Amino acid sequence: MLCRTAANLFWMGRHLERAETAARLLDVGARMTLLPNTEAGYRNEWESLLRAAGSQHSFAGSYGDSITQENIESWLFFDKENPSSVTSCLEQAREGGRIVRTALTSQVWDALNVAFQELRDLSRRLRSQVDTSMLTDFTTRHGATVRGAINASQLRNDGWHFINLGYSLERADATSRLLDVKYFVLLPRIEFIGSGLDNYQWQVILRALSAHRAFHWAYGGEITAGKVADFLILNGESPRSLLSSLYEAVWNLDRLTRRYGEAVPASASALAHETLERLMAHDIDAIFDEGLHEFLSWFIGEIGSISDAVHDDYFSGRM
Amino acid sequence: MFYNEMFEGSEVRAPYAMLSDWVDTMPADMRQMKQAEAEALFRRIGITFAVYGEGGDPDRLIPFDMMPRVFLQGEWRRLERGIKQRARALNAFLRDVYSRGEIIRAGRIPARLVYQNAAYEKAVVGFVPPRGVFSHIVGIDIVRTGRDDFHVLEDNCRTPSGVSYMLENREIMMRMFPALFRNNRIEPVDQYPEILRRTLASVAPAKCADEPTVVILTPGHFNSAYYEHSFLANLMGVELVEGNDLFVDAGLVYMRTTEGPKRVDVIYRRIDDPFLDPLCFRKDSMLGVPGLMDVYRSGGVAIASAPGAGVADDKAVYTYVPEMIRFYLGEEPLLQNVPTWTLWKEDDYKYVMANLADLVVKEVHGSGGYGMLIGPKASKDEIARFADLIRANPDNYIAQPTLALSTSPTFVAEGVAPRHVDLRPFCLCGDRLELVPGGLTRVALREGSLVVNSSQGGGVKDTWVLSE
Repeated sequence: MLCRTAANLFWMGRHLERAETAARLLDVGARMTLLPNTEAGYRNEWESLLRAAGSQHSFAGSYGDSITQENIESWLFFDKENPSSVTSCLEQAREGGRIVRTALTSQVWDALNVAFQELRDLSRRLRSQVDTSMLTDFTTRHGATVRGAINASQLRNDGWHFINLGYSLERADATSRLLDVKYFVLLPRIEFIGSGLDNYQWQVILRALSAHRAFHWAYGGEITAGKVADFLILNGESPRSLLSSLYEAVWNLDRLTRRYGEAVPASASALAHETLERLMAHDIDAIFDEGLHEFLSWFIGEIGSISDAVHDDYFSGRM
Repeated sequence: MFYNEMFEGSEVRAPYAMLSDWVDTMPADMRQMKQAEAEALFRRIGITFAVYGEGGDPDRLIPFDMMPRVFLQGEWRRLERGIKQRARALNAFLRDVYSRGEIIRAGRIPARLVYQNAAYEKAVVGFVPPRGVFSHIVGIDIVRTGRDDFHVLEDNCRTPSGVSYMLENREIMMRMFPALFRNNRIEPVDQYPEILRRTLASVAPAKCADEPTVVILTPGHFNSAYYEHSFLANLMGVELVEGNDLFVDAGLVYMRTTEGPKRVDVIYRRIDDPFLDPLCFRKDSMLGVPGLMDVYRSGGVAIASAPGAGVADDKAVYTYVPEMIRFYLGEEPLLQNVPTWTLWKEDDYKYVMANLADLVVKEVHGSGGYGMLIGPKASKDEIARFADLIRANPDNYIAQPTLALSTSPTFVAEGVAPRHVDLRPFCLCGDRLELVPGGLTRVALREGSLVVNSSQGGGVKDTWVLSE
């Protein structure tokens, strides 16, 4: 497979997952504002979203300090200035798909293209007719359609592994960042930990990850910070947990290594295995002792390094 | 008057008889529904067309007319013989002008038109490409002016585009109106990609020992024909590469793959000569492959069409194609040229300048319907301005009578009406010549318009050849 094709498939996977992340962030924020909470008011929640998305500076560049729900919606969903907005990501995924159309089945292309066409229709509608849940539904629905088309129709070849590698690394990164939102929200008032409000916020994160029911099946009983964090970080059954996501990345890298043999370097695979081992050596208490934010920062850094190594191993066109 | 392909006197001609019934029995709302469906299908598949410099919607659709254009078997066989004859002569001409230049020595075509032609590549003089084929895909634009009168408007020997529309128009018609295909015997065109692949594989270079690896070289996804490039690569099962995906090493061409370098034997390029190799042609080209031409000349890779093939499809050289057919094949041309005045001849110049209002004047190197004057449609000012351009550089222009392009029935707002059409069939040249029964019919959708270019309001139609 051409290096450029492989890179485009990988990034197509990443962008599709990233579009969903933007929508999930939006959902977290919208739900948090439904609660009377910290004295700083809504502003605090929205700001934390921007921080988790790593984009408070570029947001300020476009909207100044006018952090309102509508501006955040614009920024996270519609704004093409924001490279991580749903619109930017879907456009890039579709453009990437167009570039490598020969590597996609017609069902996958069709699903991507339909999402793109409907996105254009949506962006032409009056903002007063569009609400947050419509935007998040739009994104998760099309995300699922594309994902389903990929699973149902793509050959299980190297291209498929690159797409899934993109998806899984991006999801590992995204879940970490969503968890980090929680950290930013709580940062100013440490005494909130363990309060009713605290638990509500954890629930919101579960909902945003579409994992609310799954959590109850897996753990039952009361929602506590420890259980939720365990579910989203270390539970191998939870589909969006850091462990599941990283495990999926490792599996795809293993497949590539086996497929390509020894002539092709496998530094990404080695690095991913090492990170997976270190992750599995943690338990949830250790993570809280270490500091959730510190732990997440470490993990996000590792995912970045693995992604770079994937680039070196497979996309650089080494001789 | 214009030849109407649908009627003979007041009678509907045989090829259109069943379409006439089809239209008459179609409920009014059905047509709108189907038209919307066709449009949705095109958009959904992503067949769109971007025009450079026009701005606006980058995903513009070329309008699709659901009314097919129909040829009888006999009409097509005649066309086919004429097209193949022409393709054979054009390739013979290219072989000749890059070696001994017999046709020039014999005084049958002026040396200046060939050797001083911008498309003449000095870099390939003396080189004979595999099987002596320079132009592997010859697109010949044909207009019809009477029941038995076909004229060649121009030849395209480099990288003619539009074949994806031939294939997709057919797909969409079959999907929307299966009954039409069940009830009529329409020759298929979907073997084209396979024949193209075979043709390209048949011109693999001497150094290729195994099954040849064929690739399509595209300028990239911003190119207006990118859809066609990826469409063909997909149907042929070959890689679609950009210049950066290829590199030269030790006299061979390789592509960068996830498993390391992989050898490439035949490159079907969809980029122009000047961009192929920055070491040989334009130094600022980011689209090409440094060192490609050295490999080509040493027989390490085949390039289709061969660099330099453009010298045969120039509008000035065009006027000599009938001469080529006589000179190389010893035959009389089966398809006529459009009568053409060449403005570097004094008599022609005088005649043209005196009759600008009745003529079509074209730049010798122009394409896409730009840089031309359509006398009968132009205002006095436009004619005067164009006359100044001609005076400044007469060598740059040719003139032709405004052609009475035939009309084919076309869906319009009020029902069905005649609109002017042309035809581009695609002749494939490798170890043998092949032509699928069909082509791209372009239609000028505006009433009375003779400009069929998609960049200027033209549309496309499915083109049928009926079996015996």
